[in-house]
Amino acid sequence: MTLTAPPQTPISGATPAPVPPRRRPRAGAGPATRTLISTVDLRRHRGLYFTVLGLTIAVFVLVFLVPLYWMFASAVKSPAEYALSTPTFIPHSWHPENYATAWSSMRIARYFLNTVLYAVGGWLIALIFDVGVAYALSKLKPVLGKILLGAVLASLMLPASALLVPAYLTVVDVPLVHVNLLNTPWALWLPAAANAFNVYVLKRFFDQIPDDLLDAASIDGAGKLRQLWSIILPLSRPVLGVVSIFIIIALWKDFLWPLLVLPEPEAQTLSVALSRLANTSQVPPTEFMAGLAIASVPMIVVFLIFQRSIIGGLSAGSMKG
Amino acid sequence: MAVLTARVRRKIQDNLLAYAFMAAGLLCFAFFSWYPLVRGVILSFQQNNFVAPPYWVGLDNYRALFDDPLFYTAWRNTLLFTGLALVLGFVLPFFIAVLLNEFRHFSGFFRVLVYLPVMLPPIVAVLLWRYFYDPGNGLFNSVLRGVGLPESQWTQSSGTAMISLVLVSTWANLGGATLMYLAALQGIQGELYEAAELDGASVWQRLRHVTLPQMRFIMLVLLLLQIIATMQVFIEPFALTGTSNPDTITVLVLVYRYAFTVNQDFGLAAAMSMLLFVVLGAFSALYLRLTRTAD
Repeated sequence: MTLTAPPQTPISGATPAPVPPRRRPRAGAGPATRTLISTVDLRRHRGLYFTVLGLTIAVFVLVFLVPLYWMFASAVKSPAEYALSTPTFIPHSWHPENYATAWSSMRIARYFLNTVLYAVGGWLIALIFDVGVAYALSKLKPVLGKILLGAVLASLMLPASALLVPAYLTVVDVPLVHVNLLNTPWALWLPAAANAFNVYVLKRFFDQIPDDLLDAASIDGAGKLRQLWSIILPLSRPVLGVVSIFIIIALWKDFLWPLLVLPEPEAQTLSVALSRLANTSQVPPTEFMAGLAIASVPMIVVFLIFQRSIIGGLSAGSMKG
Repeated sequence: MAVLTARVRRKIQDNLLAYAFMAAGLLCFAFFSWYPLVRGVILSFQQNNFVAPPYWVGLDNYRALFDDPLFYTAWRNTLLFTGLALVLGFVLPFFIAVLLNEFRHFSGFFRVLVYLPVMLPPIVAVLLWRYFYDPGNGLFNSVLRGVGLPESQWTQSSGTAMISLVLVSTWANLGGATLMYLAALQGIQGELYEAAELDGASVWQRLRHVTLPQMRFIMLVLLLLQIIATMQVFIEPFALTGTSNPDTITVLVLVYRYAFTVNQDFGLAAAMSMLLFVVLGAFSALYLRLTRTAD
């Protein structure tokens, strides 16, 4: 349950789309895709084009990059330099040890490892559970399958916030088994698996795999589990990749749900701990900036590595229409 | 007869197997999605503090909500936030996408940059901006001072608190909408523009009569998604202005207060959630209808 997730990808056509070409053909390198303004016109007004392009680059760098640069740069300043009323753009003092101090004194290490544990465990559980549901609904077609699919999809309509209080109470005292999951990883892992979007995307992909393949395997004596493992999953690598990335990102970014179910500082995620430390501790701003930077680095790295899948998966939803 | 029982047994076996594959996942849905919905409805009609046994109170929780002045403040603030966030977060990405789509250079660079803030954990973005908003030596006031403009109290004055929340929220989220618009723009057939141009349509007319109609569907989808997301705003008020600031208290913040901080009253919180659910459920249903029929 990602209670604070950004707008999800629309469910239509969320099967991994053909990733858009990384670069559009350069001007002059053959016929480019026709857009609002033709390439001929753009070339005719080359001066204007490059002025607008340059301005846009400048604005983008200023708006989207400078704040992040500020975070990384402030973290290496001395507290005195940070407090200057005319801030320095390039740090004069150089204290990279602020990162190390933050890592140990704010106990970032602990929260970082917690978050990794929650993200990786939640990813595994959500993937295994959701593949199981999608596979059964798509290929084994049990009785009541249609109704169950409907019930799963209906939960897409439930805004996460509407379930906040009762879901919290479920974690405090799980029905039937009566265990308390507060402050345990299960409080994040199990709700993460109840993700209708994943089930829907996976099932749609499995639906496209011809049953003949499975029948052939079945004649060769492969059981259902074997068919899933040896035929469906290898064929589904692209969709598994996209779903995995989105599960991990959602778990790493989630805030409100971990805030509720992890009251114990020892068990908290980096996000929750940072929010608590922002209000309670006497950490100098430079060290706190280092903490914020450390929390962002994994996601920035994931993004830079998987940017094509992420942007492609996000764009896939809007291909139709 | 023997054949029939064999087939029936086979069928039962297949079904048992199928349910074995689904069991773990379905239990998660049952515990964290279906059951909480039912329980939320029940809870909203109960007095329940988890010490004394719960008892039925009918509509008392809802009545208590309507008697709470914060209830109206929270809805007003939430609608204000949603409205402002739409003006910025819905319209701006459209124009950014149209602009970016015309560039023949650096298109990968623009995409990465606009989406970078979306990748930050939201609390990081908000806490970072908290430093920027610092009325003393925060980045924004330093810059304003530097260029000789009047400084602002940002989150600490009731006049600017809400817009400050909207600004950081827009910064952190507009990348998603921009990329989705961009993908839709690339799906528009080039011939349409060619034909319009041959007919003498100006750039503005082409934007108005070719681009806009082609984008109608995705714009509607994004509009619904943004309404649903922004009405559940929590992190921005929680981390920037606190949970008791009447200028920025939102519906979800109030739910949090009712259940976990001030009131410790889960029935009241559940009732508030139900109202939010009814409002958002209408938008979600519309959204699902649109996207599923388009398949």
